[in-house]
Amino acid sequence: MTRSPRILPDRLQSPAARALRSWEAILVAVAIAVFVTNSFASPYFLNAWNLSDATFNFTEKALIAFAMAMLIIAGDIDLSVASIIALASTAMGVAMAAGADTPVLVLVGIGTGLLCGVINGALVAGMGLPSIVVTIGTMSLFRGIAYIVLGDKAFTGYPASFKFFGQGYVWWVISFELALFAVMAVVYYLLLHRTSFGRAVFAIGNNATAAQFSGIRVARVRFILFLLTGVMSGIAAVCLTSRLGSTRPSIATGWELEVVTMVVLGGVSILGGSGSIPGVVLAALIMGMVTFGFGLLNVPGIVMSIFLGVLLIGVIALPRLLRRR
Amino acid sequence: MSLLRSREALLALAILVLIGVVAARFPAFVRPANLANVFNDTSPLIILAIGQMIVILTKCIDLSVAANLALCGMVAALMNGAGVPLALILPGVILLGAVLGAVNGVLVWKLGIPSIVVTLGTMTIFRGSIFLMTGGQWVNAHQMSDAFKALPRTVLLGLPVMSWMAIALIVLFTVVLTRTALGRSFYAVGDNPHAAVYAGINVGRTQFAAFVISGALAGLAGYLWVARYAVAYVDIAGGFELDVVAACVIGGIAIAGGAGTVTGAVLGALFLGVIKNALPVVGISPFWQMAISGAAIVLAVTFNATQSRASGRIILKSAEAR
Repeated sequence: MTRSPRILPDRLQSPAARALRSWEAILVAVAIAVFVTNSFASPYFLNAWNLSDATFNFTEKALIAFAMAMLIIAGDIDLSVASIIALASTAMGVAMAAGADTPVLVLVGIGTGLLCGVINGALVAGMGLPSIVVTIGTMSLFRGIAYIVLGDKAFTGYPASFKFFGQGYVWWVISFELALFAVMAVVYYLLLHRTSFGRAVFAIGNNATAAQFSGIRVARVRFILFLLTGVMSGIAAVCLTSRLGSTRPSIATGWELEVVTMVVLGGVSILGGSGSIPGVVLAALIMGMVTFGFGLLNVPGIVMSIFLGVLLIGVIALPRLLRRR
Repeated sequence: MSLLRSREALLALAILVLIGVVAARFPAFVRPANLANVFNDTSPLIILAIGQMIVILTKCIDLSVAANLALCGMVAALMNGAGVPLALILPGVILLGAVLGAVNGVLVWKLGIPSIVVTLGTMTIFRGSIFLMTGGQWVNAHQMSDAFKALPRTVLLGLPVMSWMAIALIVLFTVVLTRTALGRSFYAVGDNPHAAVYAGINVGRTQFAAFVISGALAGLAGYLWVARYAVAYVDIAGGFELDVVAACVIGGIAIAGGAGTVTGAVLGALFLGVIKNALPVVGISPFWQMAISGAAIVLAVTFNATQSRASGRIILKSAEAR
């Protein structure tokens, strides 16, 4: 993982030319292409309610992707996010079985996510362990606990008021999840691109040692990032559990791959140091529309996952192939 | 004293203590026949852990091994169904596994894509390919020839062929890693890639070689798995890559590369294998397995870090230490 030295160009491009050539511009073009293709491929695509339904297949993952993007920009990764969902959902199931009402359920879900984030953060940022191995371990541990609690059983029968988070609508076709997605996109945009905390994240991803010397509390920032990722996974668990109305230990299996794909597709460098929230938002929209389009064409889920795998490798390979020319 | 401090000796001791605790209440667990059975049961994990260990030595990781195993296993079952003799199937799946490993290797070598991204992607692609090949159909025991199913179970000198294969590979790769130029270059690349370049070692090509070895071993394990359990479908060995990585981490293979032994990886695999086989004996639900593996990974990586922490004054935590 060596980085080639940055070469300063002799002449800088104009801001407009740079914007046109940016990764986000490519994503916008792809998004439009996918949208148009889908509209022609299926007569059911261009329908406000269908499109609204389609947003459900990316909103929950995108919530995690915002936090994951910051984590990856800072040079870490969290592969345990899907397992955090499983554990948080199981915790909510246990709370429900004990008679807890909706506000308590939400607190339990988010609280479990927070706790998982604290564990990951303490191990990685606190003890200086490599994040890949730690989160592969906690990925197995968190979902393992869900399996211990549930075995081959499931929790069902969540209270009616709990359904709002995954099935409710704020206004017309705007679901609660879509609204939450939009709000979080703005919150994370401001956090990453408009605060000193966000600048610290970029600084750490580019050179953690230099960041330390510039007075950034590297360990604390990394810890907070794991904590945020845990909380966002907890929020996603609330939405997903509410939408499905049940909890199984196998819930959200493989989502870590989709979240990482979303982040990388959004132009975040997997080596850290660069990326943007608008890119992640666009990537989420594209992945959501592609999945929805495939669904309308009756393509099985596992074929979509092949597509996802190719996409993940492709978006990283393509710029590297072009640069070699 | 140095023997006691060695990672392998501690791990071997832990395994013996584990076996002793189980044996204290269930003496039948330590009958030679049962222990041989535990070893045989752990053989696929041992084989994959050796390959994974070599990949990790070079600062990479191969998360696609379980999917590779499943794909090669399915191809073996389909070849068998088409009447291909076993003498061709075995080299065939090892070659296929090596080719799949080479795909990972080329992407890492030629394009410099981080191995975790490459293998996360190929993991789903390999598994998806099984679905594309079969449409989700299973290949069941009655669709496999007797010779196909019998090979791993054939008993030679008191042990099944599958165990002998694992033993042969342990010996082979111990020799390769300690006595050949290629073996030493795996360590050199992981220890210090820049120094390796100056020593005339092609870092990318060495990583490529590691992925090919890991893939070939996964191909072999694919045949063994399918023949032993006499069934092949899309989801066989689902999530097994985590056990393989766990075996390596428990075995003291440094995730930052450059340090680890075949003995360590094998002991790490046996540690998990003993736990897996002991759980039903002591009456604990198999659903505990996953959490125990996870806890073992976290504990092992914590232990590795505290052990390998160099003595001396740390002025500043290095960015490399992550």
